[in-house]
Amino acid sequence: MNSKLNLDPKIIQSARTAAANIAEEVQGFIDQHTTVAVERAIVRLLGVDGIDEMERPLPNIIVDNIKEGGGLGEGIAYWLGNAMIYTGDTPQAIAEKVSRGELNLTTLPLANEDEIKEKINEIARSTVNRIRENRRKREEYIERLGEGRQPYIYVIVATGNIYEDVIQAQAAARQGADIIAVIRTTAQSLLDYVPYGATTEGFGGTYATQENFRIMRKALDEVGEEVGRYIRLCNYCSGLCMPEIAAIGALERLDVMLNDALYGILFRDINMQRTLIDQYFSRVINGFAGVIINTGEDNYLTTADAVEEAHTVLASQFMNEQFALKAGIPEEQMGLGHAFEMSPDIENGFLLELAQAQMAREIFPKAPLKYMPPTKFMTGNIFKGHIQNAMFNLVSVWTNQGIQLLGMLTEAIHTPHLHDRALAIENAKYIFNNARDIGEEVTFKEGGIIQRRAQEVLKKAEELLKEIEREGLFSTLEKGKFASIKRARNGGKGLEGVVQKGEKYFNPFIEMMLNKN
Amino acid sequence: MMDNIQKVDLTQVKPYGDTLNDGMVQLSFTLPVPYGDEAKEAARQLVRKMGLEEPNVVHASDLGIGYTHFVVYGKCQHTIDYTKIQVPKVEVNSMDMEEVEEYIRQNIKREITVVGACTGTDAHTVGIDAIMNMKGYAGHYGLERYKGIRAINMGSQVPNEELVAKAIEENADAILVSQVVTQKNVHIPNLTQLVELLEAENIRDKVILCCGGPRISHELAKELGYDAGFGAGTYANDVATFIVTEMVRRKLV
Repeated sequence: MNSKLNLDPKIIQSARTAAANIAEEVQGFIDQHTTVAVERAIVRLLGVDGIDEMERPLPNIIVDNIKEGGGLGEGIAYWLGNAMIYTGDTPQAIAEKVSRGELNLTTLPLANEDEIKEKINEIARSTVNRIRENRRKREEYIERLGEGRQPYIYVIVATGNIYEDVIQAQAAARQGADIIAVIRTTAQSLLDYVPYGATTEGFGGTYATQENFRIMRKALDEVGEEVGRYIRLCNYCSGLCMPEIAAIGALERLDVMLNDALYGILFRDINMQRTLIDQYFSRVINGFAGVIINTGEDNYLTTADAVEEAHTVLASQFMNEQFALKAGIPEEQMGLGHAFEMSPDIENGFLLELAQAQMAREIFPKAPLKYMPPTKFMTGNIFKGHIQNAMFNLVSVWTNQGIQLLGMLTEAIHTPHLHDRALAIENAKYIFNNARDIGEEVTFKEGGIIQRRAQEVLKKAEELLKEIEREGLFSTLEKGKFASIKRARNGGKGLEGVVQKGEKYFNPFIEMMLNKN
Repeated sequence: MMDNIQKVDLTQVKPYGDTLNDGMVQLSFTLPVPYGDEAKEAARQLVRKMGLEEPNVVHASDLGIGYTHFVVYGKCQHTIDYTKIQVPKVEVNSMDMEEVEEYIRQNIKREITVVGACTGTDAHTVGIDAIMNMKGYAGHYGLERYKGIRAINMGSQVPNEELVAKAIEENADAILVSQVVTQKNVHIPNLTQLVELLEAENIRDKVILCCGGPRISHELAKELGYDAGFGAGTYANDVATFIVTEMVRRKLV
């Protein structure tokens, strides 16, 4: 692709190299550690599910059991494999025994390590096959039914009740949506467990549970057959349970998942060690499952200024790209995020938005970029809001964005009403169709506002990345040099769930999923 | 010319479309019935029941699940006596940033401390950030920028207990609570609990306590035991003005 913006490939390369070095340094740390969330994800992938009579999830119970026994560093696969040899039971039966207090995983006689691995690998292989089968099924659906054209139309349902969500999601698909995201209930990201079963109550969203995933998947497959288009399902890996949500998403054939390497640290005050370790395994799972990840750069702009901090978004995209590559996610599955969040009062603000969207397109040519709508300057004036969303849609089709999270005219008022969503879809379809090839037709003035803006943002992002490379990511975050948010290395939520790996540690899924075997 | 135009009767006010007292109102809503003539008739009858005469369904569209969305116009028959309207408000003519800084120098003569947070499960910091962060919002700098104000923004999802502990630790003069998520009234028990905690710690009288958010009114805030509530369209200087004048009024300087 010829650069319409006259971006200097040497600066892009220099920024990318700096981001790669940042990720490389952190990866060394990640590889030496595990977390309770990583171990619970392994438990789920080994087939354990359910809750005890106090509604505690079994994966939490057995991981807590080895943590209390001082065995978290060996990892749950080791202890579970050992217990399987000793008891002859399945992982599920073992988990139930532990929950009833009949079994203590770290005090059993120890079997031979190779035997333990063989026992575990057998189950792991069958799970990996199931996920591969899900991937194949998705490909078959897309082959047979087809799919929407990019930018995919992405809408959110958020009733709190999964059955009500189904009605809204099917309506949205019939109106033209390509991706349905079931937004999570407020504060689920801070729960250190994944709730169980179908749920009908939530605040501003619906719990992410495996059963809820299954219910929505089935509903979208049905409506997809009817409308003749594969409808993708999206949920959120962010928070204290990144790898677990990725695991259940892989088992239930989710297609898109929010997954940002830094979001939890910056915006949920989750401990940085915890998040960086968790994001790695969650992305390995997402990558293998064929899930498009969505990164959360748009969030920087809801708190910081969209004009002044644009380079922070680009710098984060570069880092997210490198962390994703480490986890085996191909570029085609990297829905790197950005947003249309400038004040509508800025003279030529539309040109600046256009410049940045085109810049992201050129720097990440294969990525299905996720473009987020205006939220910060939505006022309750629904008529103006509808126009702001139209401007946003125009930038998107002009610059070939991959995933368009539709803006709602009632943003800042309430969770979308049924017709708010219909109006948003109508708006997007009108503009996408009416201006479909505008990007092919229009070039930008040499040295004009648009070219200069993109060049300036790229240059500043490169400088920021080089600074982080010199400083190291942990230290940068500690000093508040990134996104002006200061986080202590040992502060935030979830640090108690981080442990250094012991000598016998193994996670069977990393190798199988990275090598795709 | 002007003499030919009817004067507004403030004791009998009704909506204005393009002529005084035409009562024109626009509505947009969905009914859970399939698109068609029956649906339009249902919308028309419903709007008449709302007290709007001559309902006119100008648009109806099929939402895809047997539901129909309408845009309807009608003429409102009711009137309001505007001269009798009373709304409790934060009674302050807001100063700008420089005036607040000067007011602190003249009347308080020390640095004041303001602690703010999005409390409970609320993860939306856009409101508290607009009021507290350096940058502010729409050209109104945030409290961090004010000389004479030490602003501590604790961010999102802060438990009330932590906020109270921080206020005590920092010897706060004012506490700001932002509540953006108000679905199913989740903010009411949360805001109430904070007041109870402050009372239990015996510091409720020693701080200026304010809440804010798009669905917060001054009336609601007073009802819940706050000194002030700030709704949409509030800037940092409005909040700052209230804090500093209230401190002086209550002799908390």
